[in-house]
Amino acid sequence: MPGLVHVSTTINGNPTDFLCEPRQSLLEVLRDVLGMTGTKEGCNDGNCGACTVVFDGRIVTSCLVLGVEAQDKEITTIEGVATPEGLHPVQQAFLENAALQCGICTPGFIVATKALLDREPDADEGRIRHWLAGNLCRCTGYDKIVRAVLDAEDKMKA
Amino acid sequence: MEAIEFTTPKTIDEAVQAMASKGDRARALAGGTDLLVQLRGGRRSADLVVDLKEVPELNEISYRPGSGLTIGAATPCYRLYANADVAANYPGLVDSASLIGSIQIQGRASFGGNLCNSAPSADAIPPMIALGAVANIVGPSGSRQVPVEDFCTGPGRNVLEPGELLVSINIPAPAANSGANYLRFIPRNEMDIAVAGVGSAVVLDASGQNFVSARIALASVAPTPVFSKAAGDSLAGKAVSDEAIEEAARLAMEDAKPITDMRGTIRQRIHLVGVLTRRTLNNAIKRARGEE
Repeated sequence: MPGLVHVSTTINGNPTDFLCEPRQSLLEVLRDVLGMTGTKEGCNDGNCGACTVVFDGRIVTSCLVLGVEAQDKEITTIEGVATPEGLHPVQQAFLENAALQCGICTPGFIVATKALLDREPDADEGRIRHWLAGNLCRCTGYDKIVRAVLDAEDKMKA
Repeated sequence: MEAIEFTTPKTIDEAVQAMASKGDRARALAGGTDLLVQLRGGRRSADLVVDLKEVPELNEISYRPGSGLTIGAATPCYRLYANADVAANYPGLVDSASLIGSIQIQGRASFGGNLCNSAPSADAIPPMIALGAVANIVGPSGSRQVPVEDFCTGPGRNVLEPGELLVSINIPAPAANSGANYLRFIPRNEMDIAVAGVGSAVVLDASGQNFVSARIALASVAPTPVFSKAAGDSLAGKAVSDEAIEEAARLAMEDAKPITDMRGTIRQRIHLVGVLTRRTLNNAIKRARGEE
């Protein structure tokens, strides 16, 4: 039985050390080892996007990353999106547009949306729907989410 | 997932040693989008997972106008479509890289992993076959090269021996007046597995009116990706015409040996091969003529 591995990484700008088994996913490490439960588990096989985090500059499903792969990486989770001053414009837009119902998919949508708007502040509806195709929502029917993303674009330019 | 050991070799030699140390109990990890699902679901098991993302040769994309493109086996899809040389010279590869899984999956999944996973439905494999790609393999007893059309031997099976690694994939430099395209049919717009897929590559003469050569490959219609040599060869030397394309589509349909399953029926899949062969040939011709 392999032992625990010591991993040094950076999460939301904070140098972070943890111990994990090699078989544990980054999602398990975030939630069960580090107590960062903002990142949600949906399908646990890479289809639903609920566990989306930014991993060295790209969004990934953290259920399909091993915790040990986080060594020397930069990770941003939903906990790193808001600031002490308040919600990020993407979060504010999701609230104002009622772009959530049960909320389980929301952290993944917000992390994925922020990653899109950080690089493509003028993404059109088609591009938004394409970018977010890896995030499933079983409540909203997506229209409110897409409207929230378009609203977030306006808020981020204001 | 059962307990595993994990190692991160820094060189090809270290990676081969690690793979060889456990034989068929070692699994190579690139993006993990297939492997981790399989290990968790019990479809594959391993004692040792060898992370290849710190071996430089497996993580490089290099293009030289003379010798062509080398894609490190662990290079994720997004790096293909973000690479200016790939975008300019291999739009047929970009077609695949930008439709595999989601943006999240494209951040991790690699063409090398798609090839080694050897699914009949793999979207990266038909365009690589169409473009004449060759797999560079290294193992305890040295290195060897295998044309991508000969790599897969069955669903989830391939020519790699225990201890061997796919290092990279070479794709020849595009010929003058050449073009390629990959299309798949899925009932949704995104995030699905091909009911059928076709990759086509053509070389035209300087007038753009005649085929010099063509290669066509099919996904999801046999136990492995299919190189439909007869379909591509039928076009060589012919004038570009609907009749020539129709004949190639007919030959591609003959090479499709699909099954009926939850994604589609035999009849539908063979029909799709015809439709997608025509469409990908027409798109490849447009690209060869510089019309798109």
